[in-house]
Amino acid sequence: MLGYLLEKEFKQFRRNPFLPRLVIIFPMMVLLVFPLVANFEVKNIDLSVIDHDKSSYSRNLIQKVIASGYFNITDVSETYSDAIEKIESDRSDVILEIPSNFERDLVRASRGDLMISANAVNGNKGGLGTAYLMNIISDFNGNIRAELTGNANKLQVPFLEIIPLYRYNPSLLYEVYMVPALMVMVMAMICGFLPALNIVSEKENGTIEQMNVTPVQKFTFILAKLIPYWVIGYLVLTICIGVAYFVWDIIPAGFLGTLYLFVTIFILAISGFGLVISNYAITVQQAMFMMFFFVLTFIFMSGLYTPIENMPDWAQILSNFSPLKYIIQVLRMVFLKGSGFKDLLPQFFSLLGFALFFNSWAIYSYKKSS
Amino acid sequence: MKVIEAENLTKKFGQFVAVDNISFQVEKGEIFGFLGANGAGKTTAMRMLCGLSKPTSGQGKVAGFDIEQQPEKVKANIGYMSQKFALYEDLRVWENLRLYGGIYGIPSREINEKIHAALAQLGIENEKDTMVKSLPLGWKQKLAFSTAIFHDPKIVFLDEPTGGVDPLARRQFWELIYEAADRGITVFVTTHYMDEAEYCNRVSVMVDGKIEALDSPKNLKKQFDAKNMDQIFHQLARKATRGNN
Repeated sequence: MLGYLLEKEFKQFRRNPFLPRLVIIFPMMVLLVFPLVANFEVKNIDLSVIDHDKSSYSRNLIQKVIASGYFNITDVSETYSDAIEKIESDRSDVILEIPSNFERDLVRASRGDLMISANAVNGNKGGLGTAYLMNIISDFNGNIRAELTGNANKLQVPFLEIIPLYRYNPSLLYEVYMVPALMVMVMAMICGFLPALNIVSEKENGTIEQMNVTPVQKFTFILAKLIPYWVIGYLVLTICIGVAYFVWDIIPAGFLGTLYLFVTIFILAISGFGLVISNYAITVQQAMFMMFFFVLTFIFMSGLYTPIENMPDWAQILSNFSPLKYIIQVLRMVFLKGSGFKDLLPQFFSLLGFALFFNSWAIYSYKKSS
Repeated sequence: MKVIEAENLTKKFGQFVAVDNISFQVEKGEIFGFLGANGAGKTTAMRMLCGLSKPTSGQGKVAGFDIEQQPEKVKANIGYMSQKFALYEDLRVWENLRLYGGIYGIPSREINEKIHAALAQLGIENEKDTMVKSLPLGWKQKLAFSTAIFHDPKIVFLDEPTGGVDPLARRQFWELIYEAADRGITVFVTTHYMDEAEYCNRVSVMVDGKIEALDSPKNLKKQFDAKNMDQIFHQLARKATRGNN
């Protein structure tokens, strides 16, 4: 009986003018475009400079700031209030004010004051802009000290430099971190939405009634809806791994087999969730909206964009209810650290729990009669 | 032998009593007409007998199985053709028949033979590979009927099977019904075409959820002193309070 139902599902899928293309194009688009645009590295910070000193040191400092590549000097103001005006009219994000006598103080008193003010409406940009600027200044400071104290004293001046070693992502590439997680997002969208919409459109067309009047078991019917999305999920994952390799040069450090195993369980969980929604929704519109609500919540609670550790406590607790959290951890760990099955046991059991829970609920809530 | 037995069958949706305490029996091999105006409760009653809808109260037995306790056993023994066309439009004619054949557990080889026979009976052998969505309505309904009796059920339930088709197609459809009845399949059919009522062995007329008349067309005409079923229907349906507001 299952064979006949699967035959039907696959034929319908293949004949759909839209879905087979979507399943191929969607993952490619997300993995090609999202890592480029959804990037938290802040560049092109507009900087206002107020140079009261106009000395060679102050010019050097400004040169250094420009050379860093993070800042565009969009404005040179005479007074602080002029610069603030620029910020208010959104022509500038950060102000760097160099006081008069900056050079003299540095040389004579070995100290100089600088002021940075940042527009924190976009907190991320303001914060990072300030941090970048402080880094540049402290670097500048180091150079000046070396220059002023001369070679003779160089050994006596304690010079502290920290060289961080970033394990698993040595160059802190944003793509390396995001690409595995974006794969999960694609799979959640495709393998969650499609089964939900599939059943609800059968409700809308009335075809499900003809099914409900047959002796087909609920379990068989649900399984026939799940298996095609397993296959589609594998296809999506394979496309994703291909794009990650060919475009982003990202190769999983761990075993591919581990990835596929975990993804198998994850797809089962998220498709099961889609089926639960489909059992409660009467129209495609309802199903679509419910799925959006839950899938978006799952995504934001999953640590895909923002680390879960940064969330308030209550949100951290809520995040445990997002199946995406566990599979994103798995994909990042396998891709970046090369973690094996043993390291991922907690995630394995969590995902398995979600899969069993959602699918039992789907079978329970699928009613052949009202 | 009775293949359908309904006893005080009632279905309520909140305050609304869709089917109000109906009792009747259908004999094996009968063509039983289930008449009533729109909204009289025909479809709800039929859906209860098919195991698609649970009765609020009362009992029903179909093909010897209790509709509430053993709905899946009932389903294995009946065929059903809903008011709304319910076959898969994006499957071919033979694929729809094959799907339902498979679901009812007919062996694969037998399915192929039966598809051939069914299409020959409908006279649409050439449309075997046609996508169902491109069939004309009359053929779609014949195909839906063919699918409903593909697994040789004991009883077939037809919910307004000839709605919206031309008189010729309706005539042909009734020939199919007679052929099925000759094969021993009991036919339970709802309709509001009164000429079709004349083709039935027995008819019941439902008004506002209740059965107001039940007998052979001939006896009913005597009882209501009417020339045809149409007059009987008008006499009874005029009493209806539902659907007039």
